[in-house]
Amino acid sequence: MPLDLHRIDDRLIHGQVVVGWGQPLELRVIVLVDDEVAASEWEQDLYRMGVPPDMSVVFCTVDEAVARHAEFGRDARHALLLTGDIDTMARLCERLPAIRRVNVGGIHHKPGRHQRLRYVFLTPDEERALRAIAARGVEVTAQDLPAARPVPIDELLGGAAAS
Amino acid sequence: MSEGAAAPPRAVVLGHARFAEGLVGAARAIAGDAAAFACVSNDGLDAAGIERAVGEWLARGVAVIFTDLPAGSTTMAARRAQRAHPGTVVVTGANLPLLLDFAFADGEPAQAARTAAERARAAVLVTGGPA
Repeated sequence: MPLDLHRIDDRLIHGQVVVGWGQPLELRVIVLVDDEVAASEWEQDLYRMGVPPDMSVVFCTVDEAVARHAEFGRDARHALLLTGDIDTMARLCERLPAIRRVNVGGIHHKPGRHQRLRYVFLTPDEERALRAIAARGVEVTAQDLPAARPVPIDELLGGAAAS
Repeated sequence: MSEGAAAPPRAVVLGHARFAEGLVGAARAIAGDAAAFACVSNDGLDAAGIERAVGEWLARGVAVIFTDLPAGSTTMAARRAQRAHPGTVVVTGANLPLLLDFAFADGEPAQAARTAAERARAAVLVTGGPA
């Protein structure tokens, strides 16, 4: 069973991930790739508190995620890999050709970002980073929830998407 | 951040989308001015933004946060804000009985929140359906 989803979401583990995707995909594992969270027991406890008892969270640095990616793919349980920013996902894609699809699930407003979708705001550098991921042959789409339409990267960055 | 009532709020209701606004509106329809809650939504905010929004209320002396989903970004943000403001109480799974009980409780807010949570839990009932 490969990882079902590689998602960028600046809220990391939250309702859309645990319930919105977790229920239909029958997720049992979340691989949270974040160097800061991987170094903080307090943050890890916080995120563990946010998942139901039948779901486990694996905390990894980028290096650990690269080293263990094939192992995650062999796990019989449905799993989702999560990063909190585009840069972290870009670093994974650079070193893991096995990643063929990336889901942009939520990047919210900050100064310097402009709105692309209701749930996606990007700086010019972040737009370039997403294009660089796509240039590796990775399918990049924005989709907050399973029932929503996946918005292809060209539409996302072209500004044609409206929802 | 939005103001919840004319009276100084005794607690913050932090929820997804318009959850807080709706719940506090319902509480106010029943309890009037006693329902002195501030409303914070996670709409359009990243994790740090939600924490900032609720943290502003804690900095003003509010010591109780009611959130909607235990696994949600709202509760995560509340827990982070709680870490920066020790003594704050976070209650997840907020519902109308919880807010009403808290609104009419006298005394120290943290204890009132704990008591209201116990009573709100007991207010979730199931009736009918197949035997």
